[in-house]
Amino acid sequence: MSDNSAHTLRIEGLHASAGDTEILQGVDLEVSSGRVHAVMGPNGSGKSTLAHVVMGRPGYEVTAGSVTLDGVDVLSLAPWERAQAGLFLAMQHPTEVPGVSAAQALAEALALRAGNDSPSAEQLERTRSLLEAEAAAVGLKAELVARPLNVDMSGGEKKRNETVQLAVLQPRIAILDEIDSGLDIDALRACANRIEALTEAGLGVLAITHFTRVLEYLRPDEVHVIVDGRIVDSGGPELAEALEADGYTPYLPEEPDAGVAVSIGGLGSTPAAGTGASAAQDPFADPWADPLDELG
Amino acid sequence: MFSPDLVDALGGSDALAKRRRVAAERAVAAGQPSFTEEVWRYTPIDDLDPAQYAFAAPGGTAGPVGLMSGVDDSAAAVVHIANGAVVDVSVRADGVRVDVLGSGADDLIGTVAPEGPDVFGDWNLALASAPVAVSIDPKAVLTAPVVVHVHTDVEGLAWFPRLVVMAGRTSQATVIEHHTGGNTPALICPLTELSVGDGAHLGHVTVQELGDTAWQIANLCADTGRDANLRIGHVAMGGDYARARIGIDMTGRGGHSEIDAVYFGRGTSTLDFRTFQTHVAPHTTSDLLFKGAVDDYARAVYTGLIRIEADASNVVADQTNRNLKLSPNAWAESVPNLEIENSDVQCSHASSIGPVDADQRFYLESRGVPTDVAEALVVRGFFDEVLDALPSEQISASVRQRIDELVSDADFTAAL
Repeated sequence: MSDNSAHTLRIEGLHASAGDTEILQGVDLEVSSGRVHAVMGPNGSGKSTLAHVVMGRPGYEVTAGSVTLDGVDVLSLAPWERAQAGLFLAMQHPTEVPGVSAAQALAEALALRAGNDSPSAEQLERTRSLLEAEAAAVGLKAELVARPLNVDMSGGEKKRNETVQLAVLQPRIAILDEIDSGLDIDALRACANRIEALTEAGLGVLAITHFTRVLEYLRPDEVHVIVDGRIVDSGGPELAEALEADGYTPYLPEEPDAGVAVSIGGLGSTPAAGTGASAAQDPFADPWADPLDELG
Repeated sequence: MFSPDLVDALGGSDALAKRRRVAAERAVAAGQPSFTEEVWRYTPIDDLDPAQYAFAAPGGTAGPVGLMSGVDDSAAAVVHIANGAVVDVSVRADGVRVDVLGSGADDLIGTVAPEGPDVFGDWNLALASAPVAVSIDPKAVLTAPVVVHVHTDVEGLAWFPRLVVMAGRTSQATVIEHHTGGNTPALICPLTELSVGDGAHLGHVTVQELGDTAWQIANLCADTGRDANLRIGHVAMGGDYARARIGIDMTGRGGHSEIDAVYFGRGTSTLDFRTFQTHVAPHTTSDLLFKGAVDDYARAVYTGLIRIEADASNVVADQTNRNLKLSPNAWAESVPNLEIENSDVQCSHASSIGPVDADQRFYLESRGVPTDVAEALVVRGFFDEVLDALPSEQISASVRQRIDELVSDADFTAAL
């Protein structure tokens, strides 16, 4: 899908709920071709919800706001139509799909994009070799991309597998939900390098992350801080450095248990945390523990 | 349900005739089963009206190839049975014998199931008009399957196919039973006995593709010898009511058994499975995997029992049943059970009933795969593991293709 024209994903005033809980409370964000945006925030801030809502995961209700891709109303599209329009979501916890290989799934998607009802044997074979080549680029064994999607893969292998599929599908805008969790430094570097090459070719990236670590490799043009379902600060890469030094404390209510994000995330849940916490003692020790992830 | 006098016209040895009469009397005394009995729970057995069917053995011609395309070409032996009569027997390899009524099958009937296991089993012994016995010589290794085709296309016919498989010591063979039928009502009550000798490896596959007005009440009874290995595959695609009761008695120390079943219910069919993994001897292992889908208004019932007898120590037994509901009007029930009288065992069971997994569908959709294609992929993927486990690659391939066709035609939206 890579082309020379510029594309823009525009999120305006987005409110979304899961059950009775309003998680997104007015998110504004714009991602264009070739740009890398990082959205950072503590556990429970709505980061993953933002990714899911933009991609259309069942279980969320959009109560206000809009999401458009090049002016097209994304929220009125089924998830697969969003993907066909050029969106991609690299998932934080990629789902195991027994009996279905990446080649089968991606060949279906690519065939449809090419205007065919179903993939020919040749398209299936081409998808398979594309996957193998991209797997090699991020250090994932070829046999792993041949097996059923994400089945019997480690956390790191699943993340690399997401990058592999991203590279094969070549979307216009990719949302990376905690792409770094579960990856060791070498794998992170390999995945980030591949994504960086894609951004140079025009991919727009919305990288949702918890740690600044990934941003050393996925150099963002803009950094946004999300707290309680709102973007509370935006800036250049220097904002990530400030977060590295100070954590999210400056953005959080002073009373440790005053906000949902604080009490759910465990941040500052002991009275002493405000004084003793430093960047060296990462307050977000478990990137897998975003409790709102489970709401969907 | 039937008259015991029917026994007199069937022929065969005097000894068999005597056993037939005893079985018929037992069946008459038992009467007709009711869904209030646990083993008939969830079934439409009360709808059975034997007066709608006539017992006879008119014979006929072979049925359609169906899911067996190409299998006969290389088979070690091919038997055709139609409408109560043996139509053709062709043995093409060494190491296998096929016997029919009056020519050696008589004494083998009842080797594993001398009576029962239910009233239809007793009627089968009494009224089996075309029994067939397949004997694999000790040590014989058959590289191609023995195929038994069972076809029914006479309207209103009731009959009782019986197959006895004797796998001699350390032999290796696969037997495939293929049940086909026309689009006419019929009552077919097969009983298959599998005797797996010491150290023998036997595969047995039932491929059921009856017409959608047929009733099938089938029994399969197996017994495994010392260090024997039995792999049972069961494919159920048709029938108005199709029941299969599969019981394995693991009587020889060190034996292993597997049952892998694939079913796909459509229309208003009811598919009913009762399994019994009975561990009699120590150091025996058994695995069971039943995976099925119900679409339209179809129903599926699975109830299974792992029974570990007091002397059966060091047993490992597993039982898993998974059901996909592809339509809001489809229905499935799954009842796994354990009955353990020895503490030195490892048993597990699991079951599930649900629609196409929403997370799996969303994952595929997020790659750009349309909803209907994503669901078809997930359903095909669901069956993958059990298709791989069937003890015949040819059958696995043809059933996989059939499921592909079924899911690509289907519309699963709003299945809850």
